[in-house]
Amino acid sequence: MCLGIPGQVVEIVDIEKQLAKVEISGVRRQVSLACIVDNEHPLEACIGDWVLVHVGFAMSRINEDEAKKTLQLLMELGEAQKEIEAMSESLSQS
Amino acid sequence: MKTKPAIPEIINQRKRTNTVTGETITMAHGSGGKAMRDLIVDIFLTSFDNELLSPLEDQAQIDLGQLVAQGNRLAFTTDSYVVAPLFFAGGDIGTLAINGTVNDLAVSGAKPLYLTCAMIIEEGFLIADLRKIVSSMKLAAEAAGIQIVTGDTKVVERGAADKIFINTAGVGVIPAHLKIGANQAKPGDKVIINGLVGDHGAAIIGARKDLAIETDIESDCQPLNDLIAALLSVCPDVHCLRDATRGGIATVLNEFAQASNVCIKIDETAIPIRNEVRGICEILGLDPLYLANEGKLLAIVPAERAEAALAAMRAHPMGRQSAIIGEVVESPEEVVVLRTSFGGERVIDMLVGDQLPRIC
Amino acid sequence: MKYVDEFRDPELAKHLIREIESLVLQIGASEKEPLQIMEFCGGHTHTIFRYGIEQLLPKAIELVHGPGCPVCVLPMGRVDDCLALAERPEVIFATFGDAMRVPGSQKNLLQAKAEGADVRMVYSPLDALELARQNPSREVIFFALGFETTMPSTALTVLQAAEEGLKNFSLFCNHITTVPTIQAILESPSMRIDGFVAPGHVSMVVGVEPFQFVATKFKKPIVISGFEPLDILQSIWLVVKQIAEKRCLVENQYLRVVERDGNPVGLKAMAAVFELREFFAWRGLGSIEHSGIKIKSEYAQFDAEQRFSMPNLDVADPQSCQCGDVLKGSIKPWQCKVFGSSCTPETPMGALMVSSEGACAAYYNFGNLPQIRAAKSSNSKEQSKILS
Repeated sequence: MCLGIPGQVVEIVDIEKQLAKVEISGVRRQVSLACIVDNEHPLEACIGDWVLVHVGFAMSRINEDEAKKTLQLLMELGEAQKEIEAMSESLSQS
Repeated sequence: MKTKPAIPEIINQRKRTNTVTGETITMAHGSGGKAMRDLIVDIFLTSFDNELLSPLEDQAQIDLGQLVAQGNRLAFTTDSYVVAPLFFAGGDIGTLAINGTVNDLAVSGAKPLYLTCAMIIEEGFLIADLRKIVSSMKLAAEAAGIQIVTGDTKVVERGAADKIFINTAGVGVIPAHLKIGANQAKPGDKVIINGLVGDHGAAIIGARKDLAIETDIESDCQPLNDLIAALLSVCPDVHCLRDATRGGIATVLNEFAQASNVCIKIDETAIPIRNEVRGICEILGLDPLYLANEGKLLAIVPAERAEAALAAMRAHPMGRQSAIIGEVVESPEEVVVLRTSFGGERVIDMLVGDQLPRIC
Repeated sequence: MKYVDEFRDPELAKHLIREIESLVLQIGASEKEPLQIMEFCGGHTHTIFRYGIEQLLPKAIELVHGPGCPVCVLPMGRVDDCLALAERPEVIFATFGDAMRVPGSQKNLLQAKAEGADVRMVYSPLDALELARQNPSREVIFFALGFETTMPSTALTVLQAAEEGLKNFSLFCNHITTVPTIQAILESPSMRIDGFVAPGHVSMVVGVEPFQFVATKFKKPIVISGFEPLDILQSIWLVVKQIAEKRCLVENQYLRVVERDGNPVGLKAMAAVFELREFFAWRGLGSIEHSGIKIKSEYAQFDAEQRFSMPNLDVADPQSCQCGDVLKGSIKPWQCKVFGSSCTPETPMGALMVSSEGACAAYYNFGNLPQIRAAKSSNSKEQSKILS
């Protein structure tokens, strides 16, 4: 129910049935784009998009900015921790 | 008025070259008569041609003296091959039938010498496909340096077998000084693999129409005897050696851990795996540790020999991507532990049934 | 692999674990009185076990594995219905892989296949549709199951079948909904969950709103989580942070995939094709109101329950089976009386042992390392006592 995997849309296969080829780590599979196509994002514009694939359907367009933000947050956590450690070290030394 | 043919013509007719006619296998081809003889001579003998086979006796006769000169134990194994589909990227049932049995012999340290070839063929099987399979077997035998010296062919009625089943049994001789066994692993030993995991399993998945996954992955089907010879030349005291086939490397590691009563610890980040195989596993929710291989071995060697063993394997064409993937420790005994890429640890158990793709 | 490997980075995990550790100290939780955090979804359970996440967390956090595995909660009676359908000679029964091993009262689909039933594994309901196109003289029945994540794909497949006017395609609908289930757990008297990690792919379809009630009505923090190990760790961190700061809301950790309002196309298709059942039986949890989905009458020709007869019996779980208690989180897998003895992956009694993300199977296969270590070391202590 939850096994979804990110892949990249590489080719439109059937315009009427909204089917495309998605590439996942070098292998390809036919996937329906019905759930992610709308007036702002017509079928042809999907080529190159990164999508979340679940049981043969692209269910969501992956938001690259949000992905970066999430990772950035975690990296900043690490930096904040280092600062705190450095501070407490210098405090205990003084 | 037609006259009766003279005796010389009948004799000449009987001496005609044995050629298979028709496009499909029929019950006649397994009945022991002329049609079967034609099949054997035209297809099998011309491909497998060697001195031990050509007399076409009921048995191959092998000189004992030359066997005993090569070692002190006979390695003797058999395997049946029932793979579907029959033809896949990187091989077919024929290549498997030769390499699988060669490898079962080779992991004892034996030099594989002679194979049998028994086939059970379903009525209606295409003769063109049989020729392809036998031709693959010929090429595989040559690459492995072995001879197919005796065989058998049976034909069963339509529906009584799934196209073709092949059994090969093999013999080889083990040099006296080698002491390789699943129970020989010792704490401190290192675990080495000769390349990328899961190619064969992934290739079979790629060949299956029902999962409709497009990939260029080829089976890694290959003979390992030459690679093993190279390994043994720098490390004659290899402790454990097995090829990882069905059930993947996880199964072999568990067999070693249980037989030797040790714990084997594997580092997930050290396991070599092709991107595309990862992709197939991620899509279907499969674990690459359990995917089938047909050209991979796991070797457990003493720690002080590990670097030399690795170098020797990497220098060989069948081992270019060899890697040390783990080590043997004392406890917990009979357990295989994986240090995950994420830093946690978990147990790798034996496979139960077939791995099924999951949706969750 | 893009969008996968970055979320499996062990270095970033270390930062999160340190944050979690200091928060746990702040809250005052301990191994004796741990924080209990439930991950609801089977996919999360699988990741947790596969990456050994529980061992990385401080002992003051206990993860409780919830019933969000649609394969695991399938009652035996429904599996028997599948078998009845699959054993009809005209039927091609198309199913997801892991559903093939769930035990019915006599056997499972894999065994039925071995006995001659035409059971075929598919990756997508669209593959089942293709089987119907290619086999016009056979009846193709697709075994549709899953939470809301999988409902759009089933619904869109029905709509496609309707457009093509296919006459030989139907589905056996066993979809279930998430919200009533979480509600049942929260209302259960023995429950003591301090926070929830919510299924990110369900939210991908239904949005954030449906999980509000956990925070507003039951006053528990809930974080919508992705499925990579970093996602789960970050979500646990966010839950613990809420507990420490005495806040209670729905947070979305899976921002790269989940939109506030979910997937409009998917929701529209679901509304067109499906409606709620009044009751639906869950293995181990009994009957839950409005938790099951059936096909609307407009699409009755695609509903296997309308087209074919089946036993439709309520089959009770085996007496010794404690799946229900494990599913609710009231006991751990190893506390079940038959865990590891008569119930193992080779001989599963309950579905939690069958599916690889059922808590029992996950625990049995992946997660019993600390217990094995403890058992082995106490064994050797016994042995050295005997020898000395």
